Amino acid sequence: MKSRFLTLKPSGARLQVVEAGKGKDLLYLHGAGGHMPNDPLLAALASKYRVVAPLLPGYGQSTGEDGVRDMLDVTLHALDVLEALKLKKPIVVGHSMGGMIAAEMAAIAHTEIAKLCLLAPAGLWLDDHPIADIFSKLPYELPGLLFHDREAGQKLLTSGVNMEDPEFLKEFLVMNARRLGMAGKILFPIPDRGLAQRLYRITAKTLIVWGREDVLIPPVYGDAFKRAISKSRLVRIAKAGHAVGQERPAVVLKAIREFF
Amino acid sequence: MKFTWFHLMPWPHMPDDFREKHRSVWVDLPSKMYEPERGHGIYHQYLDQLEFAESVGFDGIGVNEHHANAYGLMPSPNIMAATLTRRTSKAALVVLGNSIALYNPPLRVAEEFAMLDVLSGGRLVAGFPVGTSMDTNYAYGTIPALTREKYAEAHDLIRKAWAADEPFAFNGRYTKLRYVNCWPKPIQRPAPPIFIPGGGSVETYDFCLDNTYSYSYLSYSGYLRAKLLMEGYWKRVAERKTDESPYRAGFAQVICVADTDAEAERLYGPHVNYFYNRCLHVYPGFADAPGYRTIKTIQTGALSQFTQAAARDYPNMTWKDLVDGRYIIAGSPETVRQQMEELIKSLRVGNVFCLMHIGDMPDDKVRHSTKLFAEKVMPHLRNLWPDWNNHDDRFWVHPMNERVSLKVAAE
Repeated sequence: MKSRFLTLKPSGARLQVVEAGKGKDLLYLHGAGGHMPNDPLLAALASKYRVVAPLLPGYGQSTGEDGVRDMLDVTLHALDVLEALKLKKPIVVGHSMGGMIAAEMAAIAHTEIAKLCLLAPAGLWLDDHPIADIFSKLPYELPGLLFHDREAGQKLLTSGVNMEDPEFLKEFLVMNARRLGMAGKILFPIPDRGLAQRLYRITAKTLIVWGREDVLIPPVYGDAFKRAISKSRLVRIAKAGHAVGQERPAVVLKAIREFF
Repeated sequence: MKFTWFHLMPWPHMPDDFREKHRSVWVDLPSKMYEPERGHGIYHQYLDQLEFAESVGFDGIGVNEHHANAYGLMPSPNIMAATLTRRTSKAALVVLGNSIALYNPPLRVAEEFAMLDVLSGGRLVAGFPVGTSMDTNYAYGTIPALTREKYAEAHDLIRKAWAADEPFAFNGRYTKLRYVNCWPKPIQRPAPPIFIPGGGSVETYDFCLDNTYSYSYLSYSGYLRAKLLMEGYWKRVAERKTDESPYRAGFAQVICVADTDAEAERLYGPHVNYFYNRCLHVYPGFADAPGYRTIKTIQTGALSQFTQAAARDYPNMTWKDLVDGRYIIAGSPETVRQQMEELIKSLRVGNVFCLMHIGDMPDDKVRHSTKLFAEKVMPHLRNLWPDWNNHDDRFWVHPMNERVSLKVAAE
């Protein structure tokens, strides 16, 4: 997949934007881990849509993270990016942290976002169903947290990288600190920045997708989102964990095509 | 040389199978392990030991701040320092320190440190640590990537609050106060001497040099492994073309003194083992939250001491390994003297934070080791920086002359 770069004014933040496919515009906002190597969801979506996937500051080659500190900063940043990309009434798709950002965008700028797809979004907190603390997890714990099929997930996360290479490991430390450092601004220590009190503002037609085996943000959160967003539908997907789109790309693509 | 007798105040009753049963001594260790009624005696024993250290001639006595752990039981070091103001009269009270980004508003630190300075008659050394990631991020919820910006702002507020003689407004990003008005003010003007615990980031070197603060490297892996880091600091000092006073730097060291080297192993071996294998047993996922350290610091390859501890094979290290590798300085007074001299000269430090209560060490051993160090080691190390007259006014306390007389333990 190809990347292009976008410079935002007045901040000067330079953003990497991954683009692929032809068709109607679809804006994709990644989760706290960024894009996966050869991301299967992006590939599936690109088979039917023109996928435009900007990386948040601190992710990949995108810069400008020092100037983005809180939820409002992130939401306005994402709206600025949407405007600068000049997309035509896109479907806005967000996974996990990206779903939280997409929901915030749709709540704050509800006249601008008419089609919204939330894949296991973060942003709510239920005391009886605490969400795991991703920040204190060690790399080997992540596949089990993100995927229903742990082994297949492990392969997806590490495809094309050599975990034994010390240079790679050093780079990995820096990469991880940059992206999770950024993610922490809206997810640490509790991934709740008041979205619950703003969800009523969303007027977009909204598809909510949840993996039935999600152990990071349990499926009960899907019901909470569904109750709070008026024009919404909840689709539960079998044999899928938190990375529902990467684990079941064809099923998620089908759900999106049927709904919009 | 200035010697500070430093207490961590660990919980000394972690069970033998602690490592197997618990993943971490910090953050998620169940607090049911703490027994308050036992804690009563332990706190007082620890405070007695700090007072004892003054009575045998240590220049300073030290406490620090940690949260949600059995490694160090001082969520509020200021409470401990306050009791010491009434029971000591000579030693500097080294509070190393208050994690200033955690106080809301951070003005609280300016006020409490001023109280301690006034209570003690100008004997406070004020420490401003960022705090470990376990404390600051996991136990106290500060967003990792914003921790340092918050710290810098808190520092700015505290220094302005001490300096100002009239109320002023402070419009920070994290703290907004219409009326900053610090009552009381510290005796030491414009501020008590300030020590900054650091772990190898270049930003911290510059912060210390810009403000004339002493850089304190707190490590448990000994002076051989600290050499590289301290060389980095002194290189920066040279680059900045400022003076090279050894009092610009300090180092923490685990020290055990006995009559002979063999006796040291017999007396202190089990407690050193307790310290390295239980007190430092931190889950690696808590040691360094992503975003807590700057990218520049990660790129220099510096790891936090707790990440280092997790990477080391302490369970399989013997007394000999720890002594030969100089993780600890232990042995007869002569052995300890030689190695301390090597530490002080090789790191070029004017301050040593002596860790002499170790792990679950009983009171009689603590006092034995402390007394031997004070009587048979310390006098030989006093004159290692004659070019500086063994003192640097900028980095030590200035007690007032006419203090009220208290009936104190040391007199």
